[in-house]
Amino acid sequence: MKVRVHVSLKPGVLDPQGRAIHHALEGLGFSGVNDVRAGRLIELDVDDGVSDEALDDMCRKLLANMVIENYRIEKLETA
Amino acid sequence: MAFRSAVVTFPGSNCDRDMAVALELVSGTPAIRVWHGDAALPDRLDFIALPGGFSYGDYLRSGAMAARSPIMRAVIEAANRGVPVLGVCNGFQVLTESGLLPGALMRNASQHFICRTVPLVVANTQSLFTAGYDAGATIRIPVAHHDGNYFADQATLDELEGEGRVAFRYGETVNGSQRDIAGVLNRAGNVLGMMPHPERAVEPAHGGSDGRALFESVVKGLVEA
Repeated sequence: MKVRVHVSLKPGVLDPQGRAIHHALEGLGFSGVNDVRAGRLIELDVDDGVSDEALDDMCRKLLANMVIENYRIEKLETA
Repeated sequence: MAFRSAVVTFPGSNCDRDMAVALELVSGTPAIRVWHGDAALPDRLDFIALPGGFSYGDYLRSGAMAARSPIMRAVIEAANRGVPVLGVCNGFQVLTESGLLPGALMRNASQHFICRTVPLVVANTQSLFTAGYDAGATIRIPVAHHDGNYFADQATLDELEGEGRVAFRYGETVNGSQRDIAGVLNRAGNVLGMMPHPERAVEPAHGGSDGRALFESVVKGLVEA
């Protein structure tokens, strides 16, 4: 089973990287961009028997830093 | 009584030798070098240091992989028993990632790697690590980091300040840290994490020796204990 974990900064946590990207977009002449937040996408290939609880545990214990980040688990169809 | 200290080396640590040299200079006893893959620490340690560097290439997040390495299980267990632990720079990042200290160290607000000597205000002179400094003293210590922007939620920051757990504050704007926090203590006071490098300022040839009192405080505190 393919699993995508989307890790993003919590709302309210300043994102210097997103701000720099935003600035660069403006520098390239793109207008109308109100905000940019940068995150991380982690793709896992796991056995079908791996439980939702285990996936959640992986996120909390390692993949996301719960002090500053949120995560969202997206399960994809097995290829 | 010999001062028994250990310096942990992770793959990518690069300040481990400087830390060992500083500890030997101040205590007169060589530090024991420990590898990240070791499952156990040497017996009867008086002090554990987690050095600066780029452990595991800063993969995932700075300090994230090191915090889950085998030796850290032993370090966490020792810290919970009250053994003094100092984490500098990447070592501080490892301490927050491991949960021994609150908060997180994010990318510097400027996005730039910052490498210079900065003024630091000693905010707590009662701790094991800072007893050798004068109250309110401003010292000069080098920083060299990309991810030193200290973040914690407002309640945690209030708690840290209320309990005197902010050990050091930057004396000028450096990296965007909340409330200019440069170093924090755990609740029991035996774990200190800080971004500046005291081990890089222990003798005049370094351009300053303001870091020396930190190591002297620890050695003196433990000998008297």
